[in-house]
Amino acid sequence: MVTEEVKATRVVDARGSVCPGPLMALIGAVREQKVGDVIAVYSGDTGSRTDIPLWVKKAGHELVGVVDRAGYAEFVVRKMR
Amino acid sequence: MKRVVVLGGGVGGTIVANVLAKKAKDAEVTLVDRTGKHVYQPGFVYVAFDKMRPEKIVRDERKLLRRRVTLLLDEAVRVDAAGKLVHLKSGRSLPYDYLVIATGSRLAPEEFPGIEGAHHFYSTEAALKLRAALESFPGGRIVITVGGIPYKCPPAPAESACLLDYFFARRKMRDKVDIHFLSPLGRVFPIESVNPAVTKIFESKGIRYTTFFNAERIDVQNKIVHSLEGEAVPYDLLILIPPHHGATFAKESGLTDAGGWIPTDKYTLEAKGHEGSIWAIGDTTDIPISKAGATAHYEAKVVAENIASLVRGEPPTARYDGKVMCFCDAGHRRGIALRFDYEHPPVPPPLGRKWYLGKMILNRLYWYIVPKARA
Repeated sequence: MVTEEVKATRVVDARGSVCPGPLMALIGAVREQKVGDVIAVYSGDTGSRTDIPLWVKKAGHELVGVVDRAGYAEFVVRKMR
Repeated sequence: MKRVVVLGGGVGGTIVANVLAKKAKDAEVTLVDRTGKHVYQPGFVYVAFDKMRPEKIVRDERKLLRRRVTLLLDEAVRVDAAGKLVHLKSGRSLPYDYLVIATGSRLAPEEFPGIEGAHHFYSTEAALKLRAALESFPGGRIVITVGGIPYKCPPAPAESACLLDYFFARRKMRDKVDIHFLSPLGRVFPIESVNPAVTKIFESKGIRYTTFFNAERIDVQNKIVHSLEGEAVPYDLLILIPPHHGATFAKESGLTDAGGWIPTDKYTLEAKGHEGSIWAIGDTTDIPISKAGATAHYEAKVVAENIASLVRGEPPTARYDGKVMCFCDAGHRRGIALRFDYEHPPVPPPLGRKWYLGKMILNRLYWYIVPKARA
């Protein structure tokens, strides 16, 4: 499991937040955290599967992994810059 | 006699107070508003584009309220939820049985570095300043973006891009103006189902757009807006919607999340942890739907209905289904209408004259219909 290998500095539970909620919750957390921090975002929104990886790539951060959980997905992102 | 206190004299608070004054005869209804002036905020953009006079978008709150509602020109500084008391700036304390928080969102420009280099249209003063800048604009690049999410009225920035196109087309100088829209999301319009229609409108009007642009700071001297993603866009005139937060007193009363929004049950609109005594409506809540008068309007009726039931000793049964209905002006006397709820995303009808007329009619008839809960 990704989160067992990489410990998240911050967990953002954006379940129940409709599109584009989880992506904006992640962006808000990236703004606030330090370079090198790891952020885990929980999203139940299917749009996040495309939105979050695309944004992470464009913004120059690292998508450490995506883990399927019961009824939601966990996106683990490391702030790189 | 049950005491109902409503904080905020915007569209939501005014409707709640008026419906209760009519339906809950055994309640004492007090509305607290800082200014006593009711502002029709959808009019701001029309002030900026010189289509409405500033005095047409403001009225005395007292004149919009039923006689049974007591209006206090004051401001909440703290809510004591355990003691069921609202402490006011004047030093007075208001006891309540039922409290409705409808204090909207506040602009926080101080949080955005370099915002003095940008315009916006989220207040009458800012809209007039933008109007003057547009009137004297010699041509060049106009950039539109937002300083953070959430912000009031998600379609407003895209609507302003369309109105810029129309404004300069009417002045026969559209070819001298490059309109560039910077979206924080991976698409132009926040609501996915409406995005293809808005993208098509942008393309037909020659409005350029960049996605995943989360504005971070403005280099005022060199007229460049920088993003969190590392991009830099130069401008001659920048429109940047300031960051929004919830009311300060709610945060200081321990009623909000980190962003200053009140955690609220999306169906009953009760503040979580304060069921049966505190309700939140409009921009104030953390519900992930549009922060707009069109939302507060429908929420207010549900809350008023439920408090009226409680006053009568009946169980509250009204539920908010997420209904929102609004018109968006696409310029050139065309518009689209958006209707949606929690279960049904909006399916925009084609761009048409009648939706534009719908908006124009609302701009004029708002005062007679909406605050008085006649629609």
